[in-house]
Amino acid sequence: MVISKKPLHFIIAAFVACLPFLSVANPSVDSVKVVAESNVADEAHREKAGPKDIKTEINEFIAHHLQDSYDFNIFGYKNDLGEQEHVGFPLPVILIDDGLQVFSSSRFHHGEETAAVNGNYYRVHHGKIYKVDSAEADVTLDGEHHPTNAKPLDFSITKNVFMIFVVALLMFLLFRSLGKSFAKNGGISSGVGRIFEPIVLYVRDEIAIPNIGERHYKKYMSYLLTIFFFVWFLNIFGLTPFGINVTGNIAVTACLALITFLITTFTAKKSYWGHIFWMPGVPVPMKFILAPIELLGMFIKPFSLMIRLYANIVAGHIVLMSLIGLMFIFKSWLGSTLSFFLSFAISLIEILVALLQAYIFTMLSALYFGSAVEEHHHDEAHH
Amino acid sequence: MTIPRIIGAGLVVIGAGIGIGRIGGSAMDAIARQPEASGKIQTAMLIAAALIEGIGFAALFAVSEN
Repeated sequence: MVISKKPLHFIIAAFVACLPFLSVANPSVDSVKVVAESNVADEAHREKAGPKDIKTEINEFIAHHLQDSYDFNIFGYKNDLGEQEHVGFPLPVILIDDGLQVFSSSRFHHGEETAAVNGNYYRVHHGKIYKVDSAEADVTLDGEHHPTNAKPLDFSITKNVFMIFVVALLMFLLFRSLGKSFAKNGGISSGVGRIFEPIVLYVRDEIAIPNIGERHYKKYMSYLLTIFFFVWFLNIFGLTPFGINVTGNIAVTACLALITFLITTFTAKKSYWGHIFWMPGVPVPMKFILAPIELLGMFIKPFSLMIRLYANIVAGHIVLMSLIGLMFIFKSWLGSTLSFFLSFAISLIEILVALLQAYIFTMLSALYFGSAVEEHHHDEAHH
Repeated sequence: MTIPRIIGAGLVVIGAGIGIGRIGGSAMDAIARQPEASGKIQTAMLIAAALIEGIGFAALFAVSEN
């Protein structure tokens, strides 16, 4: 592969040009500026006011980032009067509790206040909505710090759900225009479709056909393409400074894995079940030993899909945010520079991981579909 | 209770690291022998590495505090 040297030269020149800024940077002012656009700005400002230890603060911030939230909070800061300001927008909260309750999440005031709706009082505790008795009451905790209050059924459009909708809309627009331009120009895509057409072809030629086979691949293509671009786009969105963490939410990855499991199970042919319950080509006692193992394997496969995507994304986010947090622990130009370049390098790796995890998820799904529709062949049995 | 967990997490990472390292090394050998098959080798390498990684993460979850 030949890479043009021009961008490399540009990057090096830009890096050298920026070096003086880094070395004379005033740690207390400029290090805040560097991350101002990332959501760590929140933490930088709280650091000045709060008496809390900076390390616990960073831990709390990371834990908060990994959670889903009811409003789309991009970053927060303290204004001149010392009040906490939040930049972002509220999202609708939908609860089923004595009928349908729909209200804006701005009523929670970022989890600081109790929302009163139709005579019911709700409060956010660690990212979950609980019902409380009155406007003044707080969530009651038992001995293990678990709330004892009732939890209403929650169908809210949270940040993650909102991002799923955004990505769905984005994919619909992108691929609809790709399909249309493809049909209109007689097999030549135009515009942004030119970027995505080779990727679509890659998924078909390198993932679907080799793993599923020429005969059956077509009916799985829609799902494989959807899952590939969905996971990829969400992973990439997770790297933007808006603090989105959708594929790092185990419920989301569990649903994706569940869909793969259901498709595998319901499109499976006779030979798939034969390989699970009565493995061909092995002695009869072995068949009895293999059956429970294979049956367990049926559930372990989607489970590992779920864990792999979730853990990869969460691990990446934790590492990245901890490295940015180093800046606030070291509080010197050396530490900030180190932290900046480390987090830059990890960000590049994370871009690779975002694509790789989408690829792996699609590839393994295709592999499982392939095993489900595999043709009956007696080659091994006859020898 | 945290020290056994930390040691366990370390062991998990060592195991997964050895596994993925062996896969990567063998893939390098294979590509050096047959550069024209590098596409297929990379695909197989990624799948195998992903499977080990899945097991590694599952074990890390088992030793994590929650």
